[in-house]
Amino acid sequence: MQQFPCPWCGLRAENEFRYIGDAGIPRPPRTASDAEWAQYLYFRSNAKGAARELWIHSAGCGRWFELDRNTATHDVAAARPMTS
Amino acid sequence: MAGKQPKSGAGKRQAKTPYSAWSLLRQGLAGQSGWSKAWEDRDPLPRYDVVVIGGGGHGLATAYYLARTHGISRVAVLEKGWIGGGNTGRNTTIIRSNYFYPASAALYDFSVQLYEGLTRELNYNIMFSQRGMLEVAHDEADLEAMARAANAMRLNGVDIELLSRDEVLNMVPLLDARPEIRWPVAGALIQRRAGVARHDAVAWGYARAADALGVDIIQNCEVTGFDITAGRLAAVETTRGRIAADRFGMAVAGHSSVLAGMAGFRLPLQSYALQAMVSEPLKPCLHQVVSSSVNGAYVSQSDKGELVMGGNLDRCPSYAQRGSFAVTQSVVASLVEMFPSFASLKLMRQWAGIVDASPDNSPIIGPSPVAGLYLNCGWGTGGFKAIPAGGTLLAHLLATGNNHPLSEPFDLARFTTGRLVDEAHAGVAH
Repeated sequence: MQQFPCPWCGLRAENEFRYIGDAGIPRPPRTASDAEWAQYLYFRSNAKGAARELWIHSAGCGRWFELDRNTATHDVAAARPMTS
Repeated sequence: MAGKQPKSGAGKRQAKTPYSAWSLLRQGLAGQSGWSKAWEDRDPLPRYDVVVIGGGGHGLATAYYLARTHGISRVAVLEKGWIGGGNTGRNTTIIRSNYFYPASAALYDFSVQLYEGLTRELNYNIMFSQRGMLEVAHDEADLEAMARAANAMRLNGVDIELLSRDEVLNMVPLLDARPEIRWPVAGALIQRRAGVARHDAVAWGYARAADALGVDIIQNCEVTGFDITAGRLAAVETTRGRIAADRFGMAVAGHSSVLAGMAGFRLPLQSYALQAMVSEPLKPCLHQVVSSSVNGAYVSQSDKGELVMGGNLDRCPSYAQRGSFAVTQSVVASLVEMFPSFASLKLMRQWAGIVDASPDNSPIIGPSPVAGLYLNCGWGTGGFKAIPAGGTLLAHLLATGNNHPLSEPFDLARFTTGRLVDEAHAGVAH
């Protein structure tokens, strides 16, 4: 089983964590068009390779954090508290 | 494949030796020397009427229906590896149409109906065995949710019945009948027309029939770039050269976002590993496909005798064709809880395919933001069951430029208009 680094708890088993989605996607203003809103809600780069993701240590400390992870190799480069 | 033929895209080809009892007898007497090859591995021409990217079930079916239904036979199927080597060869071969919303039920039931006639249509035995699929309920709340789903499905015209606990246990005697276990049997939903088929035969059957109609099947040909001129896709760059066409279709499942990225747009998709595994082979012991409504695990027995098992998606996006051990463990644990006699079996193989999950768990079929390029993606965990429908509908799009009425609800625009076909939150299995 893979282990993921929680910034507060250290390395823990993967099934303690839940993937939320891409990190760093800014919420558009209330005046956003339908197309902009759709981009924000649904459209993703779905990168093959390096990705910046949002995770929650759901069966641990319960806190959200960012994870730099490679989707092609599953390698984890870094974990940090949420920045945006 | 040895023995490449330079001849390509030449329209109608010499008829294949038909597969029949008579052919078997004749070839048996002739020392098996007269069989024609099922299909030829072709070299690409510089130009086609239509290029289909992806040589899995959906891509091969698209090419077949382009030639068969629409009379367009200057068609190439480009496959980066070998045909049927992606998700078509990695799934657990379940075919069913028990969906909640009318648009989904119409789409998937159309597919089941095409599967019912496919062996004859393709003259290739796809071994579609309509042995029934049960989704087991574990408590009263499950049963209530299932009754709601069953009513919706019946209104959609799909053959669904709700079974009592006793009916389920009589039908599947290996299920643990004790009420005190973690996943006790409370009842089940059954679709009797659901079943399993031979996945490689679906790919090869479509390939053979498409090849006979003049389609070029080109392997080891990976698309590496798009030549977009004045907003219109003119040609693709591939590892085997530049290939131009009037229209392009893509049916590449988990790699849809990668190709879209090359063409300069994004899709509402995330790629995940979906895994499957098989036990050592056994004598026949489980007739139906059996799944759990709660833990997502399911099992059927293949013709080889192996128990074929699967479950939910892995927990995070992935392009690596291997599954997480955490999911393997939960699938096996859930099934052993439901079928205690399976506990002594050994797992023989475990693998994964990369599927493209959409936000509403419904496929995307329609024009892309680039003129001349059409989409067939977003099938998520359920692409195999939809192969004949996906092929028919993408072929219709490529031939006419418009969505077929069945695929209209599934175009990309729904994510902007908000007209989702939200099977993701319909409370039914995927």
